[in-house]
Amino acid sequence: MPDSLALYRMIRYIRRFEERSLDLVRAGEIVSGMHACIGQEAVSAGACATLEPDDIVLSSHRGHGHLLAKGCDPKRVLAEMAGKVTGIDKGRGGSFHPSDFTAGVYNATGTVGHGAGIAAGIAWAAKRAGEPTVVLSFFGDGAVTQGALLEGFNLAGLWQLPVVYICENNRYATTLPVDTAVSGTITGRGEAFGIPSSSVDGQDAETVYAAVSEAVDRARSGGGPSLLEMRTYRYHGHHTFELKTRLKYREQSEIDEWKARDPLDIQAARVPEADRLRVDAEIEAELDEVVRFALESPRPDPADAMDHMYADGFRPRAGVSL
Amino acid sequence: MPKLSYLKALNRALGDEMDRDESVFVLGEDMNFALTNVTAGFLDRFGPDRVVEVPLTEQGFTNFATGAAMAGRRPVVEFQIPFLLLLVFEQITNQANKFLLMSGGQRSVPVTYLMPAAGWRAGWGAQHSDQPYSLFAHMGVKTVLPATPTDAYGLLTTAIRDDDPVVFFGPLAALPVREDVDYADLGPIPLGKGRVHRAGTDVTVVALGHLVHEALAVAEELADEASIEVWDPRSVYPFDWAGLAESVARTGRLVVFDDSNRACGMGAEVLATAAEEMRLTAPPKRVTRPDGAIVGAVPELDVALQPDRAQLAEAIRAVLKSPGW
Ligand SMILES: Cc1ncc(C[n+]2csc(CCOP(=O)(O)OP(=O)(O)O)c2C)c(N)n1
Ligand SMILES: [Mg+2]
Repeated sequence: MPDSLALYRMIRYIRRFEERSLDLVRAGEIVSGMHACIGQEAVSAGACATLEPDDIVLSSHRGHGHLLAKGCDPKRVLAEMAGKVTGIDKGRGGSFHPSDFTAGVYNATGTVGHGAGIAAGIAWAAKRAGEPTVVLSFFGDGAVTQGALLEGFNLAGLWQLPVVYICENNRYATTLPVDTAVSGTITGRGEAFGIPSSSVDGQDAETVYAAVSEAVDRARSGGGPSLLEMRTYRYHGHHTFELKTRLKYREQSEIDEWKARDPLDIQAARVPEADRLRVDAEIEAELDEVVRFALESPRPDPADAMDHMYADGFRPRAGVSL
Repeated sequence: MPKLSYLKALNRALGDEMDRDESVFVLGEDMNFALTNVTAGFLDRFGPDRVVEVPLTEQGFTNFATGAAMAGRRPVVEFQIPFLLLLVFEQITNQANKFLLMSGGQRSVPVTYLMPAAGWRAGWGAQHSDQPYSLFAHMGVKTVLPATPTDAYGLLTTAIRDDDPVVFFGPLAALPVREDVDYADLGPIPLGKGRVHRAGTDVTVVALGHLVHEALAVAEELADEASIEVWDPRSVYPFDWAGLAESVARTGRLVVFDDSNRACGMGAEVLATAAEEMRLTAPPKRVTRPDGAIVGAVPELDVALQPDRAQLAEAIRAVLKSPGW
């Protein structure tokens, strides 16, 4: 079992990191806006706590929690979101498409559901090289209606690849309720491909940890892929554009019901208060530094806009020839 | 000297790279029977770990190749029919090709997408006869279109060694071409480097893919009338603009012979660039498929929609006759 305090710390860290990020969105410092994972932190914290440093994570558009839990430098994650050259992708990935190979975060494709096949390819390469690497592939409930996701499942099942597919079922894809989108079940999609699949309480980090551990152990020992549906909920809008649009696709009573099972409170109840207060204070001090670093870092030079387009340094023609 | 066919050149280039570099592997449909012939003999030679038969799951295996490439492999993905490249257009252009930039230069995606039979197939109908190389050039994906076995060998070798995604189009109509070669002379050919197939002084014909061979025939037919330079870009992206400019500087006149649809095709790009940047002494012309051409299933009708020798000859004469701007 993981250290309860460490799990608490990570959940709290993600929560506060995103709350501070939301302030920066409101202040215009994060121009993309963001997809907050607040309410879903136990999934990131519990799942990534099962991994070894060399294991690999494929994230999603709602991915800040995955990045932090996998061990990316929070300063450089926030700098990335703010479009700074000190960001994990030098500002070229942003909040939506981050990757950080130093921490084993390989990709967060903007094409919902398409990470499943990429995960299979990474896992295949690792398996062929005889490495014990496990790949965690995160996606939402919206992804389970994408054909490419199922194609990825098929390859992973066919070749018994070391991937753990984690579906964060937060009940909505933007405004679309899962029940009006998904025929059959999410776990049924894994079972159809012979992939062990189960549905897990995603609000409880220790339950998440136990389920993911089992799947990771199976993958690492050659037992092939798994699919875990994490039942969870996002407390904020799909994206910060909802701060302005105020779409009403969820009942307040439903939001309240899920807030009564806040992953932060569930984990807080498992640690002594003194430890908790100390950790909370440490996190605030650390986040002051994180925010300062992101805000003070330089923005990229427009002259560098074509950097990194091609590996051999090939420069495309400019848009005008004078 | 041995005769090298186009398909044998692909087989040789891929086999040589797989010998040279353990990280290269090939995946595709009907691989175990080498249906396209490109991988003939490979299963015995390299084993199923490097000659990977995949189900009919193009988006899945194109994404899979992206993942394998991120993890340090150099996949070569074979496609049987050009439209399959449209099915995975998003996976190539939006995911693989953008990844290096999105990762701030952390990791490139060295995948080769091999389409060894692009273009019209007599009687196979509308959905089997596309020639979509211009689309990839438009999206900034490195794209090659060699016309000869030697160039096919050299450009496939380079495509596999290149650290970015590269789409390789082998035009179906060029597959029967054979060349006398000394195997020792085969080697990589840089991307973005054109080739003068026939030198001339009166007009430059930019010919792409299999149309190079048609253009050479026309240049021969018209040899008494004009000195025609046949210039082949070989790569459509990056494009050898400097090489084209040199040719146009010699001839001052330009005709493009391109199996793309007319609007937004490579032919349009070549004319636009030449008009903006090169010294043309007369208005140029292009011979292409019609706008938005849909090639059907009846050879007489299909041929009527494809650029041919007679059209090229007429276009060359018109450009030569033109009094200038
Ligand atoms: C293939 C695809 N379709 C549509 C979109 C636009 N889009 C971005 S996020 C999103 C909702 C995704 O919902 P879900 O997978 O449940 O993840 P969540 O946002 O709930 O975390 C949509 C429709 C996209 N990026 N990719
Ligand atoms: Mg959702």
